[in-house]
Amino acid sequence: MIKEKSKPQYDLGGPAQPLLIVSELVKHFPLKAKGLFTKPDVVQAVDGLNFRVAKGETLGIVGESGCGKSTLAKLLMFLVEASSGEVVLDGLQVNSPQGISIKAMRSQVQMVFQDSNASLNPRMTIGDTIAFGCRVRGLDSQAAWKQAESMLEAVGLDSQLYARRYPHELSGGQRQRINIARALALEPRLLILDEAVSALDKSVEAQVLNLLEDLKQRMSLTYLFISHDLNVVQYISDRILVMYLGQIVEIGPVDKIYNNPQHPYTQALLSARPSMDPDNLTDTLPISGDPPNPINPPPGCRFCTRCPHAEPICSEKMPPLLDGNIGTQVACFMFKDGSGHSKAKRQVA
Amino acid sequence: MTYPSPLLSVRNLNITFASRESKVYAVNGVSFDVQPGETMMLLGESGSGKSVTLRSLMKLHPPKKTHYEGEILFDGTSMLDCNEQKLRGLRGAEISMIFQEPATALDPVYKVGQQICEMIIRHEGISQQEARARAKELLELVRIPSAAERLNAYPHEMSGGMRQRVMIALALSCNPKLLLADEPTTALDATVQVQIILLLKQLQKDLGLSMIFVTHDVGVAIEIGAKVAIMYAGQMVEYGTLSDVVRQPRHPYTQGLLNSTVHAGLRGQRLDAIPGAPPTLSSPLKVCGFAPRCPHAHEACIKGVPAPRMPAPGHMSRCLLAEDNASKEQLNEPSML
Repeated sequence: MIKEKSKPQYDLGGPAQPLLIVSELVKHFPLKAKGLFTKPDVVQAVDGLNFRVAKGETLGIVGESGCGKSTLAKLLMFLVEASSGEVVLDGLQVNSPQGISIKAMRSQVQMVFQDSNASLNPRMTIGDTIAFGCRVRGLDSQAAWKQAESMLEAVGLDSQLYARRYPHELSGGQRQRINIARALALEPRLLILDEAVSALDKSVEAQVLNLLEDLKQRMSLTYLFISHDLNVVQYISDRILVMYLGQIVEIGPVDKIYNNPQHPYTQALLSARPSMDPDNLTDTLPISGDPPNPINPPPGCRFCTRCPHAEPICSEKMPPLLDGNIGTQVACFMFKDGSGHSKAKRQVA
Repeated sequence: MTYPSPLLSVRNLNITFASRESKVYAVNGVSFDVQPGETMMLLGESGSGKSVTLRSLMKLHPPKKTHYEGEILFDGTSMLDCNEQKLRGLRGAEISMIFQEPATALDPVYKVGQQICEMIIRHEGISQQEARARAKELLELVRIPSAAERLNAYPHEMSGGMRQRVMIALALSCNPKLLLADEPTTALDATVQVQIILLLKQLQKDLGLSMIFVTHDVGVAIEIGAKVAIMYAGQMVEYGTLSDVVRQPRHPYTQGLLNSTVHAGLRGQRLDAIPGAPPTLSSPLKVCGFAPRCPHAHEACIKGVPAPRMPAPGHMSRCLLAEDNASKEQLNEPSML
């Protein structure tokens, strides 16, 4: 059902050019000042992120609530304005005179939100909802409606049956399919999935994950998959990015990170997954305490308040994100030679 | 086999919600027993009736719109025949509940110490000082650091995991016999979820509580262990010890649920999803509720609701495919049906 046109029309940099380059992306939300002369508190939601997404790959983003996953998604869509930093889409900087405008970016980058109900207009039929974006982009209503119908078929819903229904007539899984269809109607290249399957039941979640896999192949899409469910992220991602309090603590290929997590936080996060084996239950706590408040986070390594290996150096300086031993990048002093941490190598190699 | 008398025994429970336009048959013939000191899991997807069943045990549904049928016997008291006054005496003191969202279950304008004390004073009529001392002990029991100071904290000053610990302390404040947990870890982060699960398991063992734990997460269910009832379309479709159900699921729905749960070994494979969606329950179930989605469905499945069968001792499945190896005697066993 999907037309040939859905292949990327313009591939500027070729396959080697990363589709998305994020550099030094920062978002600080200032809170109300408590007094006239006190400095306002600042929520450091996203604090200096650097990463790349290659064409055709799926990057999974994991982390606990409040670590800045969703803020990152909104920053990439320019739904909130970044405090500083830049986003480069296929070699062109977004929202700059030399690059492309936000509007042009949004026809290549689309987003699916977690709450399938809240993200659909209850007073518009499903067909109109999907066709809306196409009409805004200048398609006439007939062509837009045609596109909506073909998208409904692409996500596995009969367009004759569903195009004229309203969101409340559908189940959660069907509504999430509509959200995916709407995001794909503009034939984007990058799809940001912000907890897109988290609100679904397990049996429906599996259906939607299968659908996402199919669509990725058929429409040559790139996914940014944000989730707190580590099993789902492992299933769908090629590489993963682990966030803690607005910073990247570890990034790398999914197999390497899941088999051999380097950063103490990644280790704790992975061992906190419920075991699926009734004979082998979790009996020790992987980590104690809750994530600290992102308002005025601790200086130095942000994980040092919960880290079992914390040493004085950890609370003094911020560890940089460096290449680790196994092909991942880790932000931890234990893996930085000559950092002063007792577990690090003394000498700079 | 002889059993001590069960703490809770539910027989053929049917719950319908009626509004002006429509009726919802939320729970259709659920029966189970909970022994003193036993944990039972209710596992199911949204709309399967697991939370409705749980809330009905305390009769928390809006009285005007809810129609109950069947019997709920708690410690010799028939809950469905209790009046509001008697229920108020039981709720919190004998049966207590932990809700999914601790932020909305606690009152934002009172300090947590006040909220715990209020409950103890209301049920036991002891003095403010004694209640406060008890509240401090309770916070220590759920391992909140510097408990004495935390009594003076408001819920918004605490993190999600801390609030859920306060909820547990509140639920345990009057030494209840039965603890109902309605998805207590769903709203929490993975690292905090394990902490709460381990805490609940420990407390249940130390205090000898009976617990009914509702969840939709197979992983959480496995961690909690004990006995598990799988709910689908307002019915209990499978019941047994957790390792039996996970290792040898007898009902096609349970098999589908376990197969479609994403876990580590599945990378690169296509997920074995259950096609379709659960029934809407706007009319009474006349056939097997899972038949439209079931890969093994045949004509007999749409001729009536399958009766519970016992393919193995202590393992019930409401499916025509399950062999019935149970004698009549076993079927009437109090822990089963």
